[in-house]
Amino acid sequence: MPVRLHDVAHARAGDKGDTSTLTVIPYADEDYDWLVRTLSAQRVRAHLEGFVRGEVTRFELPNLAALQFVCRQSLGGGVTTSLAVDTHGKGMSSRLLALELPDGDRPR
Amino acid sequence: MTTTTVRIGSGAGFSGDRISPALDLTERGRLDDLVLECLAERTIALGHRRRRHDPSHGYDPLLERRLSTLLPAARRRGVRIITNMGAANPQAAGAAARAVAQDCGLDSTIGVVTGDDVLDMLDLDQPAIEDGRPIGEHGPVISANAYLGAASVLPALRAGADVVVTGRVADPSLFLAALVDRFGWDVDDPATSAAGTMVGHLLECAGQVTGGYFADPGRKDVPGLADLGFPYADVSADGTAVIGKLPGTGGVVDRATVREQLLYEITDPTAYTTPDVQLDLRQASVTQEGRDRVRVEGAVGRRRPDRLKVSVGYQAGYRAEGEISYVGPHAEKRARLAGEVVATRLRSSGIELRLDLIGSLDQTGWAGHDGRDRECRLRVAAIGTAERAADLCHEVEALYTNGPAGGGGVRTDISEVIGIVSSWIPRDAVHPRVTILEAHGAREIA
Repeated sequence: MPVRLHDVAHARAGDKGDTSTLTVIPYADEDYDWLVRTLSAQRVRAHLEGFVRGEVTRFELPNLAALQFVCRQSLGGGVTTSLAVDTHGKGMSSRLLALELPDGDRPR
Repeated sequence: MTTTTVRIGSGAGFSGDRISPALDLTERGRLDDLVLECLAERTIALGHRRRRHDPSHGYDPLLERRLSTLLPAARRRGVRIITNMGAANPQAAGAAARAVAQDCGLDSTIGVVTGDDVLDMLDLDQPAIEDGRPIGEHGPVISANAYLGAASVLPALRAGADVVVTGRVADPSLFLAALVDRFGWDVDDPATSAAGTMVGHLLECAGQVTGGYFADPGRKDVPGLADLGFPYADVSADGTAVIGKLPGTGGVVDRATVREQLLYEITDPTAYTTPDVQLDLRQASVTQEGRDRVRVEGAVGRRRPDRLKVSVGYQAGYRAEGEISYVGPHAEKRARLAGEVVATRLRSSGIELRLDLIGSLDQTGWAGHDGRDRECRLRVAAIGTAERAADLCHEVEALYTNGPAGGGGVRTDISEVIGIVSSWIPRDAVHPRVTILEAHGAREIA
């Protein structure tokens, strides 16, 4: 059964110029290792196709049980000159949480 | 006597932030210092434009309102206020702060930090960090401000200022400066600078660490969001800290809110670079210590870079936005037709349009459809000259009588666009200065 990211993790979007930062934190610390295995930078980039146009870098922060995705060229050229409704990309975190993940090896 | 704990509060996280939680924190928080962080890159560029029109303007438009609310309580409770509301004109902001104090019947010492304005030194041929193109190619430059660090604020605090007003001092540096001053830390020590910067980063967006920008009903419930309290940190002399909020306020401080804010806007958690230090968050830990009390520690610091970041504002034209709504059967088809009509009518102008169908398509743009036709709002947006911007708004409004059936609720808006690019400047080329304003007169002390 696929699991929706929104059911197992929370997220926050931040903006720096044309870069969107997406923090993903599992509700249960035990899910962190599974997210490290499952929620790759490629998967995030594919899910946000059309919004993220540049490279996605993933940082693992086991001490915080958090993943940080740094998405380049993702805010319509930058907050100040973007033509989007949501110039900061505040909603990008919610968009990411709609992602469905395979839960085959998720701890029970 | 050695100071053991400093309580530092956050009373604003952006220029438009709420004021009443800051007053509550000042009145009841037993604070040592209150920081008001009100400056974004675009804010300072807009301030420079206002200053050019009137040399007494260019600081935060809410400065008088914010300070007249907070200053009497702060002085009564012995709380120092440190703020970057000076924006593009710290000197005028300092004078305004002094006038506020006098209106409140207070004899205040006001420190003004300047020296961040480096427009005169800016090399327009230097490549922008963002895209490598020369700075001057982006558009007419209107401002260039270097990010100053904690050291620039220290002379004002050491001179006994009750209120310190700065321009472009980096957000966490405002907090670090207070801690360096209270604890007598060495401002060049990467370890304490990293710890203080981590605290500042957690507090600089005010309510974002106490449950703002967080609530998601059924998943992340936040009690009393309407009465969201602002945060403080109880910082120990070794730099470890507990983030908290006042009893009786709404919101929540827990591992989830603190970890979300700790990584907010961080593009490299291994080296978050400020004017003061390079902060490495990999060893950071976040522990719930009690209700609405979360301990943070483990910041690691490396030596600060020899250069400072400069934020450059340039004129990027005018943004025009026009919207019109369609409801009921075929709402989306009519909105789409309206967009095509506007695009056709504006084709000869050569302006590049962005079209959004809001509602049925969830801001995803022009393509795709989820099959529901309840309400659909067409949005047309573009950046161009003032004249082209007016053309766009005119054509959207004309859809009333010249577009598809049932179009209503037109709103149009034109705003000036200030673009921002960044560059570097050698640290030793920038000379921060501090002026102390007293009831009568001013003296430069650094």
